[in-house]
Amino acid sequence: MIIRSADTGYHHPRSSEITSRSTYLGRREWLQHLALGAGGAALAGWASRDALAAVARPGKLAALVGVSSPLPGASTVEKVTAYEHASTYNNFYEFGTDKSDPVARAKSLKTSPWTVSVEGLVNKPRTYGLEELLKLAPMEERIYRLRCVEGWSMVIPWMGYSLGALIRAAQPLGSAKYVEFVTQADRDTMPGLRSSVLLWPYVEGLRLDEAMHPLTLLAFGMYGEVLPNQNGAPVRLVVPWKYGFKSGKSLVKIRFTDKEPSTAWNIAAPQEYGFFSNVNPDVAHPRWSQATERRIGEEGGLLAKRRKTLMFNGYEPQVGQLYAGMDLRKFF
Amino acid sequence: MDSVTAPRKAGSRLNRWLLHRTAKPLLFVLWSLPVVWLFWAAWNDQLGANPAEALIRSLGDWTLRALVLVLLVTPLRVMAGWPALARLRRMLGLFVFFYASLHLLAYAWFDMGFEWREVLADLAKRPFILVGFLCWVLLLLMAGTSFNRAIRALGAARWRLLHRSVYAVACLAVLHFFWMRSGKNDFAEVGVYAVLLALLLGWRVWERWRPRGQLGR
Repeated sequence: MIIRSADTGYHHPRSSEITSRSTYLGRREWLQHLALGAGGAALAGWASRDALAAVARPGKLAALVGVSSPLPGASTVEKVTAYEHASTYNNFYEFGTDKSDPVARAKSLKTSPWTVSVEGLVNKPRTYGLEELLKLAPMEERIYRLRCVEGWSMVIPWMGYSLGALIRAAQPLGSAKYVEFVTQADRDTMPGLRSSVLLWPYVEGLRLDEAMHPLTLLAFGMYGEVLPNQNGAPVRLVVPWKYGFKSGKSLVKIRFTDKEPSTAWNIAAPQEYGFFSNVNPDVAHPRWSQATERRIGEEGGLLAKRRKTLMFNGYEPQVGQLYAGMDLRKFF
Repeated sequence: MDSVTAPRKAGSRLNRWLLHRTAKPLLFVLWSLPVVWLFWAAWNDQLGANPAEALIRSLGDWTLRALVLVLLVTPLRVMAGWPALARLRRMLGLFVFFYASLHLLAYAWFDMGFEWREVLADLAKRPFILVGFLCWVLLLLMAGTSFNRAIRALGAARWRLLHRSVYAVACLAVLHFFWMRSGKNDFAEVGVYAVLLALLLGWRVWERWRPRGQLGR
């Protein structure tokens, strides 16, 4: 039986049912009072949860919320690079060597399900599902400078936590001296693997003390959202004081070893890319100077002057002591 | 016999068109389009995240393309029988110089900020920059002697010898591009230009040395 109702939403049998203009405006005023007053104080955190992050969300991918990192040096106040640039100008050779290749081709990367296996010289080897990894430690927002070995730089708000949290959970043995990072190499979804530019899978490595440094970030997101595929989804490394290629993307394996890992670029051109690859304006690449860099999206556009590159990319106060007494020309 | 004469006719029609007074201005407009587009894109911030790099590289690409085209003139003229093409060769050559000059200017300005000491240091540091610069110097010499009075002053033989350096430019330009890309081990595009220029230079070698009929030429 169909019950017919006159209430279609268009008929107002009694004018008293229409909210008066003053009441309508009054409600808004009440909400404003709420926001400003005591009630608002409690709700403000909810209302402005996006504003907690220093950077507006681009609104492209799922949100990933984190608190601003309390770590010294972890939140530069420099102008953040536009998301549009950070997500379209990428080096991710698994998808091609041109900077526009990753954004055009990385859609094929399958990021779910995803596991990261922690193995080698540890007490607790384990394979983590991505969901477990996301919950391992509180998510922080960190605004880091990124300096590419090619001579350009960006400022990127990452979401993640110190890799140290994962390392402590794995409990490295006393014999563990290095950490090797193995990244995804799937011929079906990564067209760049057909090229022999580098040895696949792309492998990177850090000394254990570098990996344990609190600034070394295991990143899951950027700009308040999960990582876009072209930026190394779903989980990557970010080592802000080293050239960008040290920060492996789309990690699948973290292995603890007693020997210095052979890393992708070091194998490809050992005289050009050392194991350490710390940002250093005084040690030139064999084929170009590293004294200056072009900041992407710099005020002034084409006519903007190149910036002076900073020692350890400006993180010398935090990481300088890791290399005390080392000849950085020899260990480049 | 018809099968042979038909393409000849079409060819001669094209040859006649190349002699038309609008042919040269049209080619000029066509070859100006890339630079107009690049200026427009730079002005409107359409060159992506790294506009300086995009501008410098595009100007280099267009220099190479113009170089391939200018070296295509003689083979086409001889093989297809379009003598009128010769009329357009000087302008095409000047376009090579024009794009090479903009390429160099963009590098000195946007990459080096017109700091001449930096430029000199870079020339010494990076062989591929030096080779590129050498190409530009040779192109400058050719552009500077491209007008009729210079040809008369130099004498045809010396002028021709000087302008044969375009073959050196072709080789050095590919080397410049190869070295620039060697950082990425990515030689696909370099290969395309290398093959094209090798074919164009190879044709000349073959033309010069091939065995001819008794009559000779």
